[in-house]
Amino acid sequence: MQKAIRKYGAIFVLPTLVAFMIAFVIPFIMGLYLSFCEFTTVTDATFTGLSNYIKAFSGKDFINAMLFTVKFAVVAVVFINLLAFFMALLLTRKMKGTNIFRTVFFMPNLIGGIVLGYIWQSMINAILVQYETTLVADANAGFWGLVILINWQMIGYMMIIYIAGLQNVSTDLLEAARIDGANTIKTLLFVKIPMVMPSITICLFLTVSNCFKLFDQNLALTAGAPSKKTAMLALDIYNSFYNRVGFEGVGQAKAVIFFVIVAVIALTQLTITRRKEVEQ
Amino acid sequence: MVLLTHGAVTLPITVPHTLPVTGCVWQEQNRKGEVLFMKKKLLSVLLSVAMVATLLVGCGETTTETTEEAVTEEATEETAEPVEEVAKTTDEVGQVYYLNFKPEAEEAWQAIAAAYTAETGVEVRVVTAASGTYEQTLKSEIAKEDAPTLFQINGPVGYASWSNYCADLSDTQLYSWLLDKSLAITGDDGGVYGIPYVVEGYGIIYNNAIMNKYFALDGAVATSMDEINNFDTLKAVVEDMQDKKDDLGIEGVFASTSLLPGEDWRWQTHLANLPVYYEYKEKGISDTSEFEFLYSDNYKAIFDLYLNNSCTAPALLGNISVNDSMAEFALGKAAMVQNGNWGWGQISGVEGNVVVAEDVKFMPIYTGVEGEENQGLCTGTENFFCINSQVNEADQAASIAFIEWLFSSDAGKAAVTNDLGFIAPFSTFEDDEKPTDPLAQEVIRYMEDTTKTSVSWTFTTFPSQEFKNNFGSALLEYAAGNMSWDEVKDLVVVQWASEKAATAE
Repeated sequence: MQKAIRKYGAIFVLPTLVAFMIAFVIPFIMGLYLSFCEFTTVTDATFTGLSNYIKAFSGKDFINAMLFTVKFAVVAVVFINLLAFFMALLLTRKMKGTNIFRTVFFMPNLIGGIVLGYIWQSMINAILVQYETTLVADANAGFWGLVILINWQMIGYMMIIYIAGLQNVSTDLLEAARIDGANTIKTLLFVKIPMVMPSITICLFLTVSNCFKLFDQNLALTAGAPSKKTAMLALDIYNSFYNRVGFEGVGQAKAVIFFVIVAVIALTQLTITRRKEVEQ
Repeated sequence: MVLLTHGAVTLPITVPHTLPVTGCVWQEQNRKGEVLFMKKKLLSVLLSVAMVATLLVGCGETTTETTEEAVTEEATEETAEPVEEVAKTTDEVGQVYYLNFKPEAEEAWQAIAAAYTAETGVEVRVVTAASGTYEQTLKSEIAKEDAPTLFQINGPVGYASWSNYCADLSDTQLYSWLLDKSLAITGDDGGVYGIPYVVEGYGIIYNNAIMNKYFALDGAVATSMDEINNFDTLKAVVEDMQDKKDDLGIEGVFASTSLLPGEDWRWQTHLANLPVYYEYKEKGISDTSEFEFLYSDNYKAIFDLYLNNSCTAPALLGNISVNDSMAEFALGKAAMVQNGNWGWGQISGVEGNVVVAEDVKFMPIYTGVEGEENQGLCTGTENFFCINSQVNEADQAASIAFIEWLFSSDAGKAAVTNDLGFIAPFSTFEDDEKPTDPLAQEVIRYMEDTTKTSVSWTFTTFPSQEFKNNFGSALLEYAAGNMSWDEVKDLVVVQWASEKAATAE
């Protein structure tokens, strides 16, 4: 078997590798090159050096979008993970109907971002009408609207991962803890959470990267209104690319910076939480 | 009951399943198990077939496509690719690929393409960009090998972006037919790169039936539409009508001012055209890198009139889209709405509309400028045809031949007038070949009225989409009460200068 893998492994990997190269690696390298150029379409680029990067930081839109995205990511990640873990704890008890609840809570994750944004926009506006304001007129409403939306969408998914993690905690350990006289909270803190650390790693990674990269929901819910105060990084890059003649290179430069930021944060987070994982 | 087989020997034995078997191996043949196994296999085969079937559903062939754009982090890629393979004709004949700007005219364009192909045998492919995504779609389509041969730009600003892709059209017949040659987009070298293909006008559309009802009331401030020929009279009439709205059976005089992001173009572009036009006129210029917004008070006056005399409270206007406003007018909830002659389709198309074609008329947008009694509608064009100079000669010639056929042959002209509803600015159109919808008739009436001066479209010189979006956002905040008018004015001045500087490089 091992011999067969060594002999034919490369051929089996080839289709996926080719697809990956075409869809990710090549556009990424092209983008990296284009971020140093001025261009109208991707085929007529002229090299201009670092001017795109300087222009990216000279307007205040990019910095504001970054601050807003960080603020949003921190709040959303905390809320999503806490609530998802709490729900997972609830739904791993021996109760009737936990399967139905798990299915229902997971369903919001299946709805696409744009549709979700428009539906929530209508719903939130219906509530805000009572207070004589609209979602797009108030930056705070936009921020919390986005937080509520992303929570609604992601909690189910993270909950499933936490449930899987919790179910894998060996019952021997729990019995031993119970015999040793640990109460529920001590069991939770000192037995369950360390054993569930791999799930926490994954969930944190997924929520952090999703919150940073959020675009569809942002565009549909507020489109950055009022006056770009609720625009996140991806929307800002999209706007730079399309709303001004000659700024396509700047949009591309911002995209490269965006990639670096998200990669650094995600990798840092992964390393820290990996270290905390306990051997099963 | 278990059947145990070993070679050719089969023994029916009633034994527990945990029979220890060592040495000779007894193969357990459990019929029930085999049936279950077969069922499982069948189920998995059915599921795989279903999966593959859903994959193939997406590869359906369609002749009309509306493309949508999604941006990834690394590069722009189209999510919906035209799947249809167009059979390429020989190089001598060439083919046409037209990227259409107006989604509402898509069906008409497809019919025109089919008719042209039937008549001449030249392949014409029409793809329509979704509303508000023309620039994005053009950017991705034009980078492909199979690029659009015929597309449009919106004016000098669009030309700055696409100058490398526009062919010189000064030798074409189409240019020679253009009635007002000053409208064409010219380059620094004197070549003609964009030819306008439709003239449109906008103003305040009003419902004559409701206006007559008002004039018949006791204590009406005016008794006929002729008396409303300046801003002060307009204001008096509108405010009185708003007070008497219950008697008139309307919810507000003006349809709601749509300030939903993306739907605010009537204010940040069309209405903003007027102060820009008057400032250019005063200074005798046609473009500027520093806009002073001298007529900001006039803009504020008409904008406040729109905000305070409508169907919706000002703070809630961030919810309203253009469709909502046009529907309010069509359903008789409002007496007036600012829009252009393209809006007729929206008014007549609303389900349950109560507005009759004879009652739909245009009024100029008065803002309190001196001499506005002689002001007409705002007429001009933001749609210029361009031929892609990067495609081969045969395709370019075929595209020029296509549009020349459209504006000179009987079939083409009939399609332009009746199906597309365009007022075409070419000498090939006789008087009886103009569109018949009421708003287009009104635009023509105003254009031909020599006592009135049309306000030309200066918004083609606005610095960028970014400027317009920011202006619209400021108006939204002003309507919600979060920004004062002075702050809006400052924002406009600062943004104009910075956007002009940014795009000048």
